[in-house]
Amino acid sequence: MSYFVESLRQLVGIKPSRPAPDDRLPEVVAVYDERRRQKRTKEQFAAVEAGREKARDRHKWRNRRWATLIAVNLLFVVSYYFDVQLLEGAMTASRFVGFHMADLNAALQVMLAYKHMVLNLLIGTATVFVLWWLLGGRTFCSWVCPYHLVAEWAEALHLKLAKRKLVEDMSFHRGVRAVFYLIFALLALRTGYTVFETISPTGILSRALIYGPGLALLWVLALLAFEVFISRRAWCRYICPIGITYGLVGSISPVRVQYNMQTCHYEGDCRKVCLVPHVLDVTIRGRAKTLDTDIGADCTRCGLCVDLCPTHSLSFKIKGLDQAF
Amino acid sequence: MAIDSAQKPPSNRPVQSAKRREQSRREFIRTSVLAAGVVTASLAGLIPLAGGANARLRPPGALKDRLEEQAFLAACIKCGQCVQVCPVEAIQLADLLDGVGVGVPYVDARAQACDFSCDGLQCVLACPTGALTHDINYPAESRMGFARLARRDACLAVLGKGFKGLARGPEYKGKLRYEEVDRWTPIPVAEHPYDLNLCDLCVRQCPIEIRIAQCEAGKPPSGDPNQCPPRHAIRLAPRESGAAIPIVEDGCVGCGVCEMICPPDPAAIVIDIDQSADSVRGG
Repeated sequence: MSYFVESLRQLVGIKPSRPAPDDRLPEVVAVYDERRRQKRTKEQFAAVEAGREKARDRHKWRNRRWATLIAVNLLFVVSYYFDVQLLEGAMTASRFVGFHMADLNAALQVMLAYKHMVLNLLIGTATVFVLWWLLGGRTFCSWVCPYHLVAEWAEALHLKLAKRKLVEDMSFHRGVRAVFYLIFALLALRTGYTVFETISPTGILSRALIYGPGLALLWVLALLAFEVFISRRAWCRYICPIGITYGLVGSISPVRVQYNMQTCHYEGDCRKVCLVPHVLDVTIRGRAKTLDTDIGADCTRCGLCVDLCPTHSLSFKIKGLDQAF
Repeated sequence: MAIDSAQKPPSNRPVQSAKRREQSRREFIRTSVLAAGVVTASLAGLIPLAGGANARLRPPGALKDRLEEQAFLAACIKCGQCVQVCPVEAIQLADLLDGVGVGVPYVDARAQACDFSCDGLQCVLACPTGALTHDINYPAESRMGFARLARRDACLAVLGKGFKGLARGPEYKGKLRYEEVDRWTPIPVAEHPYDLNLCDLCVRQCPIEIRIAQCEAGKPPSGDPNQCPPRHAIRLAPRESGAAIPIVEDGCVGCGVCEMICPPDPAAIVIDIDQSADSVRGG
């Protein structure tokens, strides 16, 4: 199944496909068979443990990502505060040194509700589409969205509490996010109002940072409380239509995380830190079809798994770049 | 009991799948509750629309007809670029209580009205979606609302009184352009005392009247004759014994400067957002 189709399936909440036995390349089957036959040697085991130990303090991608996210959001704030006109506006729509930019999902909501196309909005939408096509689609979520950062901190708190058995993660069906996507599109179309924008923590937080806090932050706090005490990363995992919009862009993007099954020991550490663990189902023993697998477009390219993998089986790849050089 | 345990090994798989069925049934219910909750929360945003309760004085060019704001709220992408370009910082963004109007710009005229300092309608030019329509180019073309002398007995002119001092007191934060002081930098009203024999602040500071006077003097704003308003917005009609009464004319665009500068508190003259020059002219 092509990367595009598999990505779409995962975005709408269908379980990642399991390969039929004869669907796997012979060399992949050979690796799996080899692993099954031969118990891991003590040295191999020690190497993985050492890798894990090392990975614990490796935050290369997370640090780069946080720096980027904070820098972009600060750029908005600084531009307004010091009137330097670098990045005017907010996350929903802005002008970067004069060029129009429009958040794809916000623009979609506006077009559905307003039912007219304005040239500036089209230009902004096209610019942002090309930008995130180049950068990986849901890269927007983990590298720019201000809610993602506070949600990561809430998640850390949730995991701490869960470790002490004070809270338990309540899971929902992932397909509900696609349902929300349709509902919010229909609501915008039928009511003529951008209903989703009212509750979008991305827009609310971005405006609060730039124009000052307001009551709307209470809604964001309520969401965070829900994620700390009830359901891990619920907004990003099960609700946010922005993720689907950028996921669709990412399904044709060259920027991907790639999995190499030859070095993997199926530890599953990657799936434990992942915001969207289903995209990493291919790391389960027996699931890979090819030696290298591109992780689906629901992946936010956050790099947590890349940092964490004790065997370096996960890495960032830009499709076509290896061939180009 | 004995039969049960005897049956257990062969029925192992069905028992498991029944458990899984139960799990997915619960997941479905949980998920439905989540969906209902989130959709309800988002729909609650429509409540403030009832009866135009969250209609407000909007920036120039807002796609609205008096209290009817649907197109404006729909087209606005809630980015605040209009806020950023306003030289007198007249534009604010609405909060959560405005429901679907959250993040949409409005003007609190009493705190800071739009005095068209920018001449070129910067907020309109900044708007990426046309929620502030690019169909208008000049202040006189805006239709924000319409001024009304709401408290006649508080009006200093009606009382035949003059005004001396700071129009809104020393603590007031609002600014006006005061072109005769500085063409480009708005000046705090609190730094601009008046000394008037008969209060005429609503007429004196009216951006439309100021423009008409400039055009009559042969100096249109920004040197552009198109900036000249075709109709008067407000005038002071003399009454007996030195008093006078402000008469709002159909050139009023509802910018709110009269409401902002009016010394009595609450202001004697206010902006009605359910009226506009067009509706007044039409009926």
